Amino acid sequence: MAQVSDISHPRLPRGVRLTHNEAQGGWILLAPERVFKADAIAHEILKRCTGEASVAQIVDDLAMTFNAPRERIHADVVKLLATLADKKLLEL
Amino acid sequence: MLALDIPPNPLGLLAELTHRCPLGCPYCSNPLALDPRADELDSATWARVFREAAGLGVLQVHLSGGEPAARRDLADIVKAAREAGLYSNLITSAVGLTPQTLHALADAGLDHVQISIQDSEQKSADHIAGYDGASARKRALAAEVVKLGLPLTVNMVVHRANISRIEAMVELALALGAARVEIAHVQYYGWALKNRAALMPSLSQVEQAVRQVEVLRAKHHGRIVIDAVVPDYYARFPKPCVGGWGRRSLNVTPAGRVLPCHAAEVIPGLEFWTVREHSLADIWRSSPAFMAFRGTDWMQEPCKSCSRREQDFGGCRCQAFLIAGDARAADPVCHLSPHHALVEQLAAVREEVPYSYRHS
Repeated sequence: MAQVSDISHPRLPRGVRLTHNEAQGGWILLAPERVFKADAIAHEILKRCTGEASVAQIVDDLAMTFNAPRERIHADVVKLLATLADKKLLEL
Repeated sequence: MLALDIPPNPLGLLAELTHRCPLGCPYCSNPLALDPRADELDSATWARVFREAAGLGVLQVHLSGGEPAARRDLADIVKAAREAGLYSNLITSAVGLTPQTLHALADAGLDHVQISIQDSEQKSADHIAGYDGASARKRALAAEVVKLGLPLTVNMVVHRANISRIEAMVELALALGAARVEIAHVQYYGWALKNRAALMPSLSQVEQAVRQVEVLRAKHHGRIVIDAVVPDYYARFPKPCVGGWGRRSLNVTPAGRVLPCHAAEVIPGLEFWTVREHSLADIWRSSPAFMAFRGTDWMQEPCKSCSRREQDFGGCRCQAFLIAGDARAADPVCHLSPHHALVEQLAAVREEVPYSYRHS
């Protein structure tokens, strides 16, 4: 598994995009010859992966927006980002 | 109609922008009767098709041909795909695609580039393509793609002349900076069918190639993704062709006919609708060609009662017609097909004859 540090600034690499498609029922992560459905949580995390915010800032923002415990959000974010980085769908 | 009968949403659209191509590859998947330039859809029509496709649920558009760069309005077409919200994949020979055009395509929102490479040995590659200097141009354009930061896939079509060099071909894809390589054994339709005896590898070559791909996958894990298209004349079960007829994808020809797969026009009696007369949604849901083999109701034995019928959907309808003479038969590649012996006989016909090159 890729290591996700609080100070890294995750972003989607060129060729990986988040898009909304009504007929497919929501948000989709598009990549070369691959598509992944993004659920509501994944979408909230991924739309913040612009390369500007650090992992710590993304977690703070989510914890504030959704009024949820920071530790739990941190665990969710790290898990998703590591999974995507392993599939080369995210740059850390 | 029951809810169960409503077709699922397609995910992919293969847009054959033109059948024109500078190369003459003897396994070209285009039909023997090519659409003439005068019949090609204009970019405004493609833009409408892309919007309709996105509305149907299509997520990715594969801009293919022929050579898509033969069209002067390619950047407009890429822009239209982006505006429709589609992920665009350019499938190119790289011959006739200049670095300037590539930059324009990247600016227009192109997401991914796939370049075909005919062989790791340049002389052999140019011979297969029927075009002197093609190999050098492909390598140069691949470098431009990587320089622009676009993800690159290298597609390598495998047959008797290059099957012994799979390892070198994967090394080449790595050296070119590809993140993904397709090792695609020739599928025998169109021009490839015409050249079958000249292209067909032996069983031992195929077995060796399949083993080699497994070894290379392990060796290069994390550096490059290796996808393989299996050599189906030597398979035990058929491939789930296009993920099932009218289930996952659509193919639009240069002139606008909409096909469930690129080879479907070989099947006699199918009625194809065109985007000039119908919306893509109408075609997907109601055109006779898409209805013909959707689901499992059309099946005969041994498919009808087979436990794999929802897995491989009876295999390829075109191959059933081409080899068994009946598009409703089981794909003869399947060992359960009563016509399976024919496939073995056809695979045994291997002749050192000159290629019959595809010509525009």
